[in-house]
Amino acid sequence: MKARVFVTLKNGVLDPQGKAIHHALEGLGFRGVNDVRAGKLIELDLAEGTGDAEIEDMCRKLLANTVIENFRIERLENAEA
Amino acid sequence: MKSAVIVFPGSNCDRDLAVALELVTGRRPAMVWHRETELPDGTEFVGVPGGFSYGDYLRSGAMAARSPVMRAVADAAGRGVPVIGICNGFQVLTEAGLLPGALMRNAALKFVCRDVPLRVENSQSLFTAGYNAGETISFPVAHHDGNYQADEATLDRLEGEGRVAFRYLDQCNGSARDIAGILNDAGNVLGLMPHPERVVEPAHGGTDGRRLFEGLLETVAA
Repeated sequence: MKARVFVTLKNGVLDPQGKAIHHALEGLGFRGVNDVRAGKLIELDLAEGTGDAEIEDMCRKLLANTVIENFRIERLENAEA
Repeated sequence: MKSAVIVFPGSNCDRDLAVALELVTGRRPAMVWHRETELPDGTEFVGVPGGFSYGDYLRSGAMAARSPVMRAVADAAGRGVPVIGICNGFQVLTEAGLLPGALMRNAALKFVCRDVPLRVENSQSLFTAGYNAGETISFPVAHHDGNYQADEATLDRLEGEGRVAFRYLDQCNGSARDIAGILNDAGNVLGLMPHPERVVEPAHGGTDGRRLFEGLLETVAA
């Protein structure tokens, strides 16, 4: 069983990396982008029976820094997904 | 003063800090590997050095903050033992929850490596007793993630409680309110991005950093 954890910067937290990406997109001639925020995707391959509460605990204790980041967990019930 | 310097895989200022501490205290610090679960008996001061612990994986300082030795460091801090975190050490202390806020990528996305003028905002702390409040000093910085951020309420509290120890006079990384170093609420934990251990003898081009360790030594010995 797999889960994906999306770690993103909270609203209002300056994202210099996102800004640089935005700037580079504009440099390539893409005009249709209003803003860019960069985040992380962490894929977990989980042992059977690992519950949601435990994954949340992992996020709070390590995967995200909740001072500046939010996290969202997406479970992939189908292992080949 | 019996001091300890924590060593993580990827620390690279641990020896500089040890040399500075030996110079000032006359005693070689214990180098404590991150897998240790205890600090040496009678440790009176703990230094968390700069570097790139665990290759800055996940977030700067994130892995180091969860290593076994940090539980012992947190216990010592809780007992009032002075703890300093320099550069990556500051990142580790915020990640460990010993200091508020977080250190983010420099606003200009560049690694900054130069001497910066700092203002000593509070000369009443354990770590700043060797300076005068309002004095301008110079320490080198060398970091990519030194952009200190916290929510407005936290920043107001830090200012109101005199917990901003050092402020940049020359903004180099985008830090909120030009903050270069902060204290915890008990005043025995300091985190700062600039490197006092790199300016402790005239050959370094300055000795402003030496006074931080001398002030601390005097306060601890008193």
